[in-house]
Amino acid sequence: MSDVEEAITRVHHEEWARVVAALTRRFGDLDLAEEGAAEAFATAVERWPADGVPPNPGAWLTITATRKAIDRIRRENKRDDKHREALVAHDDDPPEPLGAIDDDRLRLIFTCCHPALAVEARLALTLRLVGGLTMPEIARAFLVAESAMGQRITRAKAKIKAARIPYRIPSAEDLPARVTGVLAVLFLVFNEGYLATGPDTDPVRHDLTAEAIRLTRLIRALLPDDGEVTGLLAQMLLTEARRAARVSASGELVALDEQDRGAWDATLIAEGHGLVRERLAAAAAGVAPGRYQVLAAINAVHTSARDIRDTDWSQVLALYDRLVRLDPSPIVALNRAIAVAELDGPEVALAAVDRLEDRLADYHAFHATRADLLRRLGRSGQSRTAYDRAIGLAGNTAETAYLTRRRDQLR
Amino acid sequence: MRYLVSVIDDKDDPGSTDRQPHISAFNERLIADGYWVFAGGLADTDAATVVDNRGERAVFSDGPFVESKEYLAGVWVWEAPDLDVALELAAEASKACDRKIEVRPFQ
Repeated sequence: MSDVEEAITRVHHEEWARVVAALTRRFGDLDLAEEGAAEAFATAVERWPADGVPPNPGAWLTITATRKAIDRIRRENKRDDKHREALVAHDDDPPEPLGAIDDDRLRLIFTCCHPALAVEARLALTLRLVGGLTMPEIARAFLVAESAMGQRITRAKAKIKAARIPYRIPSAEDLPARVTGVLAVLFLVFNEGYLATGPDTDPVRHDLTAEAIRLTRLIRALLPDDGEVTGLLAQMLLTEARRAARVSASGELVALDEQDRGAWDATLIAEGHGLVRERLAAAAAGVAPGRYQVLAAINAVHTSARDIRDTDWSQVLALYDRLVRLDPSPIVALNRAIAVAELDGPEVALAAVDRLEDRLADYHAFHATRADLLRRLGRSGQSRTAYDRAIGLAGNTAETAYLTRRRDQLR
Repeated sequence: MRYLVSVIDDKDDPGSTDRQPHISAFNERLIADGYWVFAGGLADTDAATVVDNRGERAVFSDGPFVESKEYLAGVWVWEAPDLDVALELAAEASKACDRKIEVRPFQ
């Protein structure tokens, strides 16, 4: 990649959301903002190799995007849009100070993750308008046809406009719930990347995990005092750190107890641990941690052990007990049972797992966990049946390969 | 921005019938805060008549145009600056009526 191409990629990462956000505030129209930003970046790709990268690329892009948007308004004015005409009249507005632009990005994120939008639409809008991914990239990420993804985004933008979903940072009273909604979207993007679904996709989608981390870093920069944002970032970093060890050369998922811990990314682990320590200090000062902080703390215990045998399971279990109180979902209870197996043995854990059957009968990890516990108890026949169920339900190619090998090793 | 706020009841799981004082108090507030445009509770769906005059002559038929378990029990029209304001009011409305609420913008 040439220097200019590299600069354009970097500027795209750094400035895309800023440009879209600035234009949205200015014109009150997400469509126009997205189109203007896309045209400005296309112009940069055309001109920068010859003209050189401008000294302030962000300002250059915002000005270019604004001009493109105004051109578009003028072209479309034949359709008698008086509202847009009025906006063009303010052509000479001075550029906004940097702080206000940062707030704009936050506004953009809250609009894209608005609870009145369907969850799939929130994911798609966030990746397009905040992340700057192209429509084909997003369509590939969620394994839907490009036309369907385009419709999903178009419909969501139409609802934002028709129902007047505001472009604003929520009131202090609503903020915690709305931030939780944004984090849920980012966690979904990350998790889909970390355990990608479908036969034709890579088992781990680094593009998605990297994007989720990048956007979570952005939110952390904008909301540095929110403990859950920090917790989620730590959780992502400590998970991402194990990526290289997670899939074997033959494309099989490698369970935590079999991973080559030397292949873990020490830099990411150090950063994640630093963030967890920051939240532990806050907890010691009396700030009760939320679910992402506890998840990150569990992850920190695992990533602190040089060998699986060094894992502090009682610490893991104590953290799961805490997590169960914050998040009473059966999936948390299932993961807790795995820690129980290490401390109290597979029989006790199996009893806990079996109590979850009503709610988790269609979840592959429920059957995979049962299969492993039954194997450890020497109940091979039942274990095999459970592996079969897990394989039938698993959507990730590397996980299917792993489960198949474990099943075939049963005696 | 104007929103049509529909109160949705469920034949299998109807909301309680003692809500009138709560709804009246909520209406007073809507009026005082400037959101109220219109409100009305509806008679039973059995009282509905469908009229179709797209053809040669008007055809009248008894009953609602679509039979369903869930049905429209009443409507409001609100004037609110944006959807967040409307949704916050709708959350209160749902409590006041003990029923589900649909918020839909006018064009």
